[in-house]
Amino acid sequence: MIEGAAWRRWVFFYIPLTLFVFVLLFPFYWMLITTFRPDGELYQPWNSPRYQPFWTSNPTLDHIKYLFAETLFSAWLWNTMFIATISTAISLFCGVLAGYALSRLNFPFAGSLGTGIFVTYLVPQTLLFIPLADIIRNFKLGDTPWSLVLTYPTFLIPFCTWLMMGYFKSVPKELEECARIDGASRLQAMLYIIIPVAVPGILSAGIFAFTLSWNEFIYALVFLSSPEQKTVPVGVTSELIRGDVFFWGPLMAAALLGSIPVAMVYSFFVEHYVAGLTGSVKG
Amino acid sequence: MAQVVIRNLNKKFDEVHAVKDVNLQINDKEFMVFVGPSGCGKTTTLRMVAGLESITSGEVLINDTVVNELPPMDRDIAMVFQNYALYPHMSVYDNMAFGLKMRKFDKAEIAQRVQEAADILDIGPLLKRKPRQLSGGQRQRVALGRAIVRHPQVFLFDEPLSNLDAKLRVQMRVELKKLHNRLGTTAIYVTHDQVEAMTLGDRVVVMKDGLVQQVGAPLELYNRPANRFVAGFIGSPAMNFLPVTLADTDGSLWAVGPEFRVKPPAAMAGRLRGHTGKAVLLGIRPEDLRVTNGADPADHTFEATVEVTEQLGSEILLDLTAGPAPMVASVEPTVTAKVGDRLRLAFNPDRLHVFDSQTEASI
Ligand SMILES: Nc1ncnc2c1ncn2[C@@H]1O[C@H](COP(=O)(O)OP(=O)(O)OP(=O)(O)O)[C@@H](O)[C@H]1O
Ligand SMILES: [Mg+2]
Repeated sequence: MIEGAAWRRWVFFYIPLTLFVFVLLFPFYWMLITTFRPDGELYQPWNSPRYQPFWTSNPTLDHIKYLFAETLFSAWLWNTMFIATISTAISLFCGVLAGYALSRLNFPFAGSLGTGIFVTYLVPQTLLFIPLADIIRNFKLGDTPWSLVLTYPTFLIPFCTWLMMGYFKSVPKELEECARIDGASRLQAMLYIIIPVAVPGILSAGIFAFTLSWNEFIYALVFLSSPEQKTVPVGVTSELIRGDVFFWGPLMAAALLGSIPVAMVYSFFVEHYVAGLTGSVKG
Repeated sequence: MAQVVIRNLNKKFDEVHAVKDVNLQINDKEFMVFVGPSGCGKTTTLRMVAGLESITSGEVLINDTVVNELPPMDRDIAMVFQNYALYPHMSVYDNMAFGLKMRKFDKAEIAQRVQEAADILDIGPLLKRKPRQLSGGQRQRVALGRAIVRHPQVFLFDEPLSNLDAKLRVQMRVELKKLHNRLGTTAIYVTHDQVEAMTLGDRVVVMKDGLVQQVGAPLELYNRPANRFVAGFIGSPAMNFLPVTLADTDGSLWAVGPEFRVKPPAAMAGRLRGHTGKAVLLGIRPEDLRVTNGADPADHTFEATVEVTEQLGSEILLDLTAGPAPMVASVEPTVTAKVGDRLRLAFNPDRLHVFDSQTEASI
């Protein structure tokens, strides 16, 4: 806490905090208000006497209804959920094993291999999608969810590996050694001791991976073409922006509904997740 | 029935030669303590016995079988770590049962053994708790319990008491001793605390820089240290070392210091003859010094100036200087000495130690 006079607490704590919260939350507020605002109000010119940008007196569900009735939004939601879940599961599985190996098995070049994996994460997707598109075409996976389920791990696995590597390093190695003396094989020690202890780390890696694949745009844009195959971010931007016409109401409604699953995942695991970020297991 | 033999054991980490040619035999039921300053290779040696560290060269034998290549689980040992290494996600019961479950004991047997260990260590009421809900002392007991339920051939302890506060450490030390008397399992115990080493060990190994300095029963190390390092390490406060020259005057041998001159006892003189004319180190323990009562022969006394007095209640520690040489004397609490006083100190001639200045070996 900030100590001293009251004005110090205001200047160094409350005012910066308020500004911060405002900047962070305002876009969400805007999204929310636009979702429930009828079209008539949305397209008021700013100098009209009835212009009231921050509030609506006639909330409506029209945009949400439009989204489900007139667009393939529910299919997009399902696609995104399917792809994000499976690619997160694959990446977590590989990331946990690789992270464990890199942090615990002292094989030659483990250190440089770890750095190498991190470097692959830094290769921009805007470059990588070109060769990947070729591969997807060769395997005839274009326009199927599998094109994304298999390509998302290319950036999710390095990410999970790196995160898990750091987490495993914070787990005291005596725990594992003790298990090995107690009669567990390396695999059993990992399954019964290290992984349960690393659950907070695994959860935070999972949440991040899920969010990354939920929000992914470029691969989804390139590899999927038919409207019913699309994911939420791509579907929304390609189907609700026609030419230079923005369907602001449904757009915002889609954005709002699209962020709910992620928000739910976060809030569900938030305690573990914070523990995972701050690391450190106490024996 | 378990004995551990260590033969020409070496360990090199890239640059560091952590353990150098260690040879040891730890007998059945023996409580062997490794003691030495930080970084001397105690933990590394222990971990090689446990199978947690690969062996660079040499052999470790448990019951006459070379175990160099045996994984830790097949060595039938139990280890207690400095940070206890309790499995944080398991209850105390599961922590203790884990080793037995891994070894496929049946449920009833596990329950019975855990209960037995819990009774010995007085942790029965804690069995359902998680490690984070325990105090340091309780965690320590659980770690011990986890080791004893398995009835292993050898216990390995790596500074198990160093995370406890001073009072609890003394209490647990006594309990460990009792536990060993009761179970009689061969044990290797690593510590850097010489008091722990002296009180717990049947025999003590003193190490320094990866080399074994001396192996022996606690009193043997105290009474007949093999070299200056062991002499200074064992005993508290530490032994005083005075640089002197051995001189032959009037047919008898004298140790001549800058401002004093004492006569080593006749029993020693024979061994010292060979070093006549050379510089040696005289070692005398603080508890072997006392303020003279006038009856001591002048050959065994010298003068010193009091610099600091430390009242401990049962004794007084006097920090003195005899000429330029600083020393500590532990004297009766009845002595009334003030800073600056000049005292005549007498030493017990039978408890004099002499070390070669070059090799530092005992003469
Ligand atoms: N994994 C390692 N890699 C490199 N050097 C190491 C490793 N483990 C130990 N050493 C070195 O080996 C030497 C002996 O270490 P060791 O841990 O055995 O000391 P110790 O006697 O147990 O000391 P302490 O009382 O501090 O625990 C030290 O110089 C240490 O730096
Ligand atoms: Mg150590």
